[in-house]
Amino acid sequence: MLNISGLKEGIVLDHIQAGKSLDVYYKLGLDKLDCQIAIIKNARSNKMGRKDIIKIEGLTPDTIDLEILGYIDHNITVNIVHNQTIVEKKRLRLPKKITNVIQCRNPRCITSIEQELPHIFCLTDVEREIYRCIYCEEKYSKKTK
Amino acid sequence: MRHLLNPLDFSVEETYALLDLASDIEKNPEKYSHVCAGKKLATLFYEPSTRTRLSFEAAMLNLGGSVLGFSSADSSSAAKGESVADTIRVISCYADIAAMRHHKEGAPMVASQYSQIPVINAGDGGHQHPTQTLTDLLTIRSLKGHLDGLTIGLCGDLKFGRTVHSLIEAMIRYPNVRFVLISPQELRVPSYIREDVLEAHNIPYEEVDNLDLAMPKLDILYMTRVQKERFFNEDDYIRLRDSYILDTKKMKLAKPDMFVLHPLPRVNEISVEVDSDARAAYFRQAQYGVYVRMALIMTLLGVKPSC
Repeated sequence: MLNISGLKEGIVLDHIQAGKSLDVYYKLGLDKLDCQIAIIKNARSNKMGRKDIIKIEGLTPDTIDLEILGYIDHNITVNIVHNQTIVEKKRLRLPKKITNVIQCRNPRCITSIEQELPHIFCLTDVEREIYRCIYCEEKYSKKTK
Repeated sequence: MRHLLNPLDFSVEETYALLDLASDIEKNPEKYSHVCAGKKLATLFYEPSTRTRLSFEAAMLNLGGSVLGFSSADSSSAAKGESVADTIRVISCYADIAAMRHHKEGAPMVASQYSQIPVINAGDGGHQHPTQTLTDLLTIRSLKGHLDGLTIGLCGDLKFGRTVHSLIEAMIRYPNVRFVLISPQELRVPSYIREDVLEAHNIPYEEVDNLDLAMPKLDILYMTRVQKERFFNEDDYIRLRDSYILDTKKMKLAKPDMFVLHPLPRVNEISVEVDSDARAAYFRQAQYGVYVRMALIMTLLGVKPSC
């Protein structure tokens, strides 16, 4: 098995759906950080079969946008590591509102002609994971993505 | 500060209060003829609309107020590239309330976020047209005396007609309402109306394609236009178009106290011979549109008659 040393201080994003770690990496803006980051793809998992993991050295939890992470995949576990020990496991949930995470694709939406407007979506159906554009109500379903 | 962006922005109680005020305006117009003296309505119409704009203007003038605005994007700063947000910030300095029509969906909502004055959505693309829905509710309640317990037939283009979708969403809030959805297969209501609105709220409805058979069941018949451009096959269009022309023969199948509504403009889906039938209510509906807009302007401005 591939061996990657444990963190002393930092964050481990665990239970990332296999193949989605780079998506998480860019959407969280981790590419803009100068700390050490390990991306582990297709790690064996009893629960998931295969999973991805991201380990970020030295990062504090308040520097990660948990709302965006919750939107990307609310099944991801956020482990906070202090003195080489996991001191907290944060569970994520689908955020009620997301801003500039997804773009409204409705060509009739006001956002299609006014580029400076933030693209804001609200969660309207938790069970079906449906978000709607606050301006035109265009549906965006995570499950059919 | 309140705005009206969606027909469901007002609760059932608030909607009743608004309709009560509109009915009182109808009965006692002189009582309200000066309540908005000194107030100004800005009509910000980025796309042409004869009836809605004139209805808003008539409403404000009936209340003793004044009107300013533009009737197309070409004659506004939008032609110079000004954003909706900037336009409404400026208009907030000139007027007390604004009615906005825009070809882009959500434009009035953007305006409401930056506005210092109440914003009324006067139609945003194919999205919402809340004052048409309030007009429909006032018309139905005025003609039938109530909104509950009615069988409402919606006929024609039920797929693309925003007035139909908004009316269904508004009417399900009243008890024991049922719908007969009369349309060709190609123009049935979208699945979200069927699943998320009708079935999710256990509202009885049937989808049929024969207007004649539906007529005797109805308390209200809401006609819409079948649009040629929605069909791929010209023969289908001609066949279906002719089945949805309301004429005196079909009116004979209806209850004596059924009423016919239409958001207008009408083309050929209601024969002109029906106009003289006492149950043809579509021109009265246009009058009710003025009363309900008067009530809405008063409500959003928070003005009341002095006595």
